[in-house]
Amino acid sequence: MTELGAISFGLFIIVAAVGGAAVLTWFERRMLGIWQDRYGPNRLGPFGILQVAADMLKLLTKDDWVPPFADRAVFIFAPTAIVVAMLLGFAVVPFSPDLYVLDVNIGLLFFLGMTSLAVYSVLLGGLASNNKYALLGGLRSAAQMVSYEVFMGLSLMGVVMLTGSFSLRAIVEAQRDMWFCIPQALGLFTFLIAGIAESHRLPFDLPEAEHELTAGFHTEYGGMKFAMFMLGEYLGLILISCMIATLFFGGWLGPWLPPLLWFCIKVFALIMFFILLRAAIPRPRYDQLMSLGWKVMLPLTLLNLVVTGAVALWLEG
Amino acid sequence: MLNGLRSQLQTLWTILQHSFTRAETVQYPEQMPYLAPRYRGRIVLTNDPDGEERCVACNLCAVACPVDCIALQQGVKEDGRWYPEFFRINFSRCIMCGMCEEACPTNAIQLTPDFEMCEYDRNNMIYEKEHLQIQGTGKYHDYNFYRVSGLAITGKDKGEAQHEAQPIDVKSLLP
Repeated sequence: MTELGAISFGLFIIVAAVGGAAVLTWFERRMLGIWQDRYGPNRLGPFGILQVAADMLKLLTKDDWVPPFADRAVFIFAPTAIVVAMLLGFAVVPFSPDLYVLDVNIGLLFFLGMTSLAVYSVLLGGLASNNKYALLGGLRSAAQMVSYEVFMGLSLMGVVMLTGSFSLRAIVEAQRDMWFCIPQALGLFTFLIAGIAESHRLPFDLPEAEHELTAGFHTEYGGMKFAMFMLGEYLGLILISCMIATLFFGGWLGPWLPPLLWFCIKVFALIMFFILLRAAIPRPRYDQLMSLGWKVMLPLTLLNLVVTGAVALWLEG
Repeated sequence: MLNGLRSQLQTLWTILQHSFTRAETVQYPEQMPYLAPRYRGRIVLTNDPDGEERCVACNLCAVACPVDCIALQQGVKEDGRWYPEFFRINFSRCIMCGMCEEACPTNAIQLTPDFEMCEYDRNNMIYEKEHLQIQGTGKYHDYNFYRVSGLAITGKDKGEAQHEAQPIDVKSLLP
């Protein structure tokens, strides 16, 4: 892909991802409604899709207020960071054999780095708010990051071992014979859980647990800055779905249909699954979250790593 | 641990099945929900089967009301019947608890299955007697207080009500 083509495609991805995240706010509420035997927002426009426009209008016209007791510079910087980090993460996603922004041989590491950066946003937002609930949210986010980041990276190493490359395109190409969700089922399971925890989605949204911490790290945020946090969360959801589709479900691979369509179908199905998780599973207690991460997920990941390594060696030798 | 995982997966499956169940909610302004006949909504004052107002202004409803939203003044008609000179319910205070209906000895005050009583002006929430009174018997069609009570009114002296014996003359020795 040419330089200009890559740049224009990058811009297109930014617009598409932000638009997708906006529509997702409505879509998620609609799906949650259906699964809870309600209708969800269905009044504005066909199927209520104009609810997105109404919400945006409301958030944009709200007073852009910074609390006088907050650390002003950090308070304003925090919501921007999560959106920027998540959007940068999209750079390495291969949408189809020739639709991508960046094809680097450390694509996977780049993605892991970007999602880790997003945690700073939550942390700094909680810290800069100078509010005890926000601080607790930030603290929880830090602890959650430390415990889930560890096996998030490790769970992907099985995929890397089978492929022999960190490049995401190479990983997709390596799945021509069999999607990695079969030999790497354990890796998929652990990465899925780490991914939910990483994007602060329910059932792992303890940093903002509204029943305990009012709104957690974004208690003091309102208007467009709050919208940025929300945008970041939904971008994270799309990004994680893209990554799972790429790493475990063969990315653009699939019969008959064009590659891009296959990719979109897989991502959409995964997003539906994440929404279903939110509709069905209650939030765990904080110590349960921690012990799950360290006592179950980490050993499982290590087991997966060891077994995959042994099998890979055996197949080679 | 495995049991927990199985339970979570079962939850997911159950919720997924709800994609195909009908929504329990009703699209309200277009589609009216079913309200039971005994639903506690807007309060009315009813008439007895003869078309006279049932309320005898005993004030029991005003006493029973936990939010003190009922105000009334008793008057006596020429034929001996009691009636409320004014009867006022402040619906911006009313909590639709139905205590007044339970307290009423004459079945006059009743709650109806109607809840659409929004107003832009708070003063319009105060209903006077002419707004409360309906020309009907409400939920109890045959009950007429003065026909069963011992109170003497024009055309019905003491002892002439239904199931009522003649009063005993306590000053006489005869049986």
